[in-house]
Amino acid sequence: MAKLTLDPRDTSTDTQELLSMYRLMVRVRRFEESLYRRYREGKIGGYLHRYDGEEALVAGVVPLLRRDDYILCTYRDHGHAISCGVPMREVMAELYGRVGGCAAGKGGSMHLIGPEYGFLGGDGIVGGPVPVALGVGYAIKMRGGDQVCVCYFGDGAINQGGVHESMNMAALYGVPVLFILENNGYAMGTAVERSTKQPDMVAKAAAHGIAGELIDAMDAQVVREAASRIIGHMRATHEPYFLEARCYRYVGHGVADNAQQQRFYREEGEIEQWKQRDPLASTRARLLELDALGEADERAMEAEVEAEIAEAVAFAEQSPEPPLDSLYENVFTESTGG
Amino acid sequence: MALMRYAEALRLAMAEEMERDPSVFICGEEVGQYQGTFRVTEGLMQRFGRDRVVDTPISEIGIAGMATGAAMAGLRPIAEFMTWSFALSAMDQIVNHAAKITYMSGGRIQCPVVFRGPAGTGNQLSAQHSQSLEAWFMHVPGLKVAMPATAADAKGLLKYAIRDPNPVIFMEHAGLYSQRGEVPEDPDFVIPFGKAAIVREGTDVTLVAYSHMVSTCLKAAVSLHDMGISAEVIDLRTLTPLDMETVLGSVAKTHRVVVTQEEWLNVGAAAEIAARIGELGFDDLDAPVLRVGGADVPMPYAKKLESAAIPNEQDVITAALRVTD
Ligand SMILES: Cc1ncc(C[n+]2csc(CCOP(=O)(O)OP(=O)(O)O)c2C)c(N)n1
Ligand SMILES: [Mg+2]
Repeated sequence: MAKLTLDPRDTSTDTQELLSMYRLMVRVRRFEESLYRRYREGKIGGYLHRYDGEEALVAGVVPLLRRDDYILCTYRDHGHAISCGVPMREVMAELYGRVGGCAAGKGGSMHLIGPEYGFLGGDGIVGGPVPVALGVGYAIKMRGGDQVCVCYFGDGAINQGGVHESMNMAALYGVPVLFILENNGYAMGTAVERSTKQPDMVAKAAAHGIAGELIDAMDAQVVREAASRIIGHMRATHEPYFLEARCYRYVGHGVADNAQQQRFYREEGEIEQWKQRDPLASTRARLLELDALGEADERAMEAEVEAEIAEAVAFAEQSPEPPLDSLYENVFTESTGG
Repeated sequence: MALMRYAEALRLAMAEEMERDPSVFICGEEVGQYQGTFRVTEGLMQRFGRDRVVDTPISEIGIAGMATGAAMAGLRPIAEFMTWSFALSAMDQIVNHAAKITYMSGGRIQCPVVFRGPAGTGNQLSAQHSQSLEAWFMHVPGLKVAMPATAADAKGLLKYAIRDPNPVIFMEHAGLYSQRGEVPEDPDFVIPFGKAAIVREGTDVTLVAYSHMVSTCLKAAVSLHDMGISAEVIDLRTLTPLDMETVLGSVAKTHRVVVTQEEWLNVGAAAEIAARIGELGFDDLDAPVLRVGGADVPMPYAKKLESAAIPNEQDVITAALRVTD
């Protein structure tokens, strides 16, 4: 499948953009670390799927979107919510199961949401958001706008039938969905090579008539430049596009997937090797090279992020638990009658 | 007898049946190399090899279809769903294919497949991960439905399920996996479907339960005893076939009955059981049949709301007091 040609005008990442991407990645990373601590303390329940190592995939894409674009993703959704603009305090409160949460405490970690930011939420079902994204894309097409719908899903999800039905239909109708396959190498304990004989994901999209490309998602600048070019192209053509983004998850699938479990599927030293190419570290190095991040700036940035998290925790702690009579609220939207 | 966890009892059942019958195999997500998401299949791949403990991609339609077709071709597959909530895309293979082929073929084809995996509520897993939907499967002619409540039943019922020539929906409860119980080690120990167990005898009220609700009802029965009410607790073990004989026999003795289930109350298993009691045991009843079940809402995440949505001991006691009042 032919790749889009590079347009140098919209692919350059200036220092300011690099800096803001770095900051976003730091926010996501520190937030995940903090969530894990709260989980250990028993303040957060359910499952907890962290995004550590994959931050470039949100930082390089989401800031390029407009408020009227749409984003859907998996249960590994904390970074997506933050990047979309959902206030950290609302995400924290959601994980605490409090009324101040972005879903009023009803959704939890896997179902963060932010419709006002175009964020249609995390999905607990592998492959689940992809058919939905097709419909969102179709709505954009019917209304005739130049918005795009970005749908993130995992390498495990590519083996779901619904994903292929949706890609086929997206191509058939020409709907502006950007399919982003977060290829972090594993679906729980199953390496990509153990789940398919065709690990070339771009070829799978091509089989449905969708143009696509493979990118190195450990490098935020690479992600941003590809996304910028692709989204620009999609706004003009309204056609679907497919990105296979190679990345790596540093931590277990969820909290239950501890170090001992991970020995069933990861090689010794593999995590350390990938961390050599850490997206935060490489972006930071570039900023240092450009002389755009002084020691004091960096200290200030970390302190600001720390303060933002502390404020989020304080907000979540004081936010009340949902009242019991809210149990039956929101099952339906109230009908207004004919 | 050996003391073991419910999950271990399931593993033992599968290991024994795989030893006994080379046509039995397991397929599902993370069942082999990862040793099972809930460790139910731990060690089985090492013991029986990768062809009999098959790690699959996250492809539930494929898993269900592979098991259904292999069963039609003479094998005895056990398809594991990581949880029953993830089996929804596989409904077509289960309902339109596995459940129908024997009838559609005029009895010429058998489909001895077991679809198994955990279900149930708890642990704040919220809406998409806290359901079991057993009533959906009960509704379909051609499917048997088993929901064991104890480690011994987990073993005995699963062995029977594997040997049964029909498709079986075998629904385990994730909240029971670590519960221990005495389990017969005899490899010929099986529990036939359609035979409910009276797990506590009583004279004033019958509490009908299955799966996790059995332990809830047993706890309620202890409290009721302290209040001077003698409750009989029935563990149905299987929903299809449904042992109404045991239920009606108990109702003939107690004249009052509460039917319980963890799943949403609306159109649930308890509704079917209550209707049959009304049809077949009306003359024995001294009070209306009451049901206890989950709140009819998608499961909320917040702990307090989740607890309110799941039926508990107090809900059973309240209903028992109402019918014995
Ligand atoms: C249909 C379905 N099957 C199984 C699961 C259980 N499950 C949750 S996450 C997961 C692994 C998914 O891996 P991948 O798509 O690569 O995403 P990643 O977790 O790596 O981000 C599995 C098997 C599920 N949620 N939905
Ligand atoms: Mg993955």
